[in-house]
Amino acid sequence: MVSEQDIWRILEEVKDPEVPVLSVVDLGIVRKVVTQDDHIDITITPTYSGCPAMDVISMDIRLKLLEKGFRNIQVRQSLSPAWTTDWMSEAGKQKLKAFGIAPPNPRQQFCNTDMFAEEAVQCPHCGSYHTRLVSQFGSTACKAMYQCGDCKEAFDYFKCH
Amino acid sequence: MNTQLFTYTLHLADNAVILGQRNSEWTGHGPVLEQDIAITNIALDLIGQARNLYQHAASLYNNFNQEEKDAVDFLIPRPWKSFGRELQEDDLAFLRDERQYLNILINELPKGDWAVTVLRQFFFSAFQYFQYSELQQSRDPQLAAIAEKSLKEVAYHLRWSGEWIIRLGDGTAESHRRIAEALEELWMFAGELFLPAPYEKKVTSAGFGADVSSYKDAWTEKVERVFGDARLAVPNKTWAQSGGKEGRHTEHLGYLLAEMQYLQRTYPNATW
Repeated sequence: MVSEQDIWRILEEVKDPEVPVLSVVDLGIVRKVVTQDDHIDITITPTYSGCPAMDVISMDIRLKLLEKGFRNIQVRQSLSPAWTTDWMSEAGKQKLKAFGIAPPNPRQQFCNTDMFAEEAVQCPHCGSYHTRLVSQFGSTACKAMYQCGDCKEAFDYFKCH
Repeated sequence: MNTQLFTYTLHLADNAVILGQRNSEWTGHGPVLEQDIAITNIALDLIGQARNLYQHAASLYNNFNQEEKDAVDFLIPRPWKSFGRELQEDDLAFLRDERQYLNILINELPKGDWAVTVLRQFFFSAFQYFQYSELQQSRDPQLAAIAEKSLKEVAYHLRWSGEWIIRLGDGTAESHRRIAEALEELWMFAGELFLPAPYEKKVTSAGFGADVSSYKDAWTEKVERVFGDARLAVPNKTWAQSGGKEGRHTEHLGYLLAEMQYLQRTYPNATW
C-alpha cells in the first residue's frame, strides 16, 4: 500500500507550468493528500481565482501519478482557506531567487490597500534593496514588475498574497 | 431561499464577468505596456471570480427540486434545455439573453478613455472590497469561500485604481479634465450599487448575502478620501440610474454579449 509520504514525494516532481523551478509542493497549493488502499485523493487550492495554470496543474498531477503506476486518482479543488504566499516553502523561495524572481515578502507586512506604499523588495540579481516598483501586475497573476536601481536589471517579484 | 440564493449568486457572477469582458477590451490597446498588462490581469481575476460563482450557481440549480427549477426558469438559458445534460458554468455565461443578465449598469458601459476605465474600476473595486469582506460571513460556505479568495485579489485592484484616480486628478490640466469628465458621466450609475434588488434583500435578511447599507458609509468615506487627494469633489447629485440588477439594461449590454457569446451561440458546446 502506498503511503501519503510517498505521494507527497512524487508531487515534488510536478512543476508549476508558469514558474517551472517550483514544484506544486514548494508553491504551497497542495492542501491535502489522503490514500486509502489504491485510491489517492488530492486537494489543491488555486493561487488566484483566474489562474489559467490550475487546470494544467490538475492534469499534470494526474499524469505524474499515472506514470508512477497509480490508476485510482482524484484531484479536487478547494477555495478555503485561501492560498497565501506564506505557504510557500523556504526551499521554494530560495529556488525562485536563484531563478531570477524575487521571492514574496511576509504577507503581514505589506498586503493591504494603502496607496503608493513602498515595499522593500530585494533584487534577485545583485542583492540591492535600491529597487523600484514598475507595475503591481506582471507577466502572470502572481507577479509584479520591479527594476533595480543599482544593477539596472528589470525583474519579476512574486508578490505577497 | 434556495432560489433567491441562486439569483443572487448569478448577480454577483454577472457583475464580475461583464466588467472582466469590458476590461479585456484593453488587451493590446493599453496606454503603456505595463498598464495594458495590469488591466488585463484585473480582467483575468474578475473572470476567474465569475467562473467560481457560475460553477456554484450551476451546482445549486442542479440540486434543485422541480418546483425550485420552475421558480428560476426565467433565468435559465433556453438553448441549454436541448442539451440533455446538467447545467454548467459556460451555459450561464454564454447562452443567457440580455434580460437574463443581472449585472449593475455601470459595469456594462463602454470602456471609454483610460479615465472612465479606472474610475469605474475604482468605484466597483471599493464596492467589491466591502461586499466580499462581509460575504466571508455568509451562511453559504461556498459563497463565503469564494469571497475569502476574491477579496485578496480585489485589494490589489482597489489600490491600483485608487492610485490612478489620484495620478489623473492631481496630474496635468488635461488629465484632470479627463477624470472630471469621467466622473460627470459615471456618477449617476454609482448609486445603483447601493439600491438592493428584492432578491438581494431576501438573501441578506436570511444571512446569506451582504447588506449594502452596512458598508455604504465606508465606501463613501473611501471615495471621499481618494477624491480629496485627487482634487475632485464628490458630486452632490443623488439621482441614480438603476434596473440592471433586475435585467433592465442599457443599449450597450447587447453589443457586449453579442461579441462575448458569439462562439458558443454559433457552435454550441464547442471545446478546444
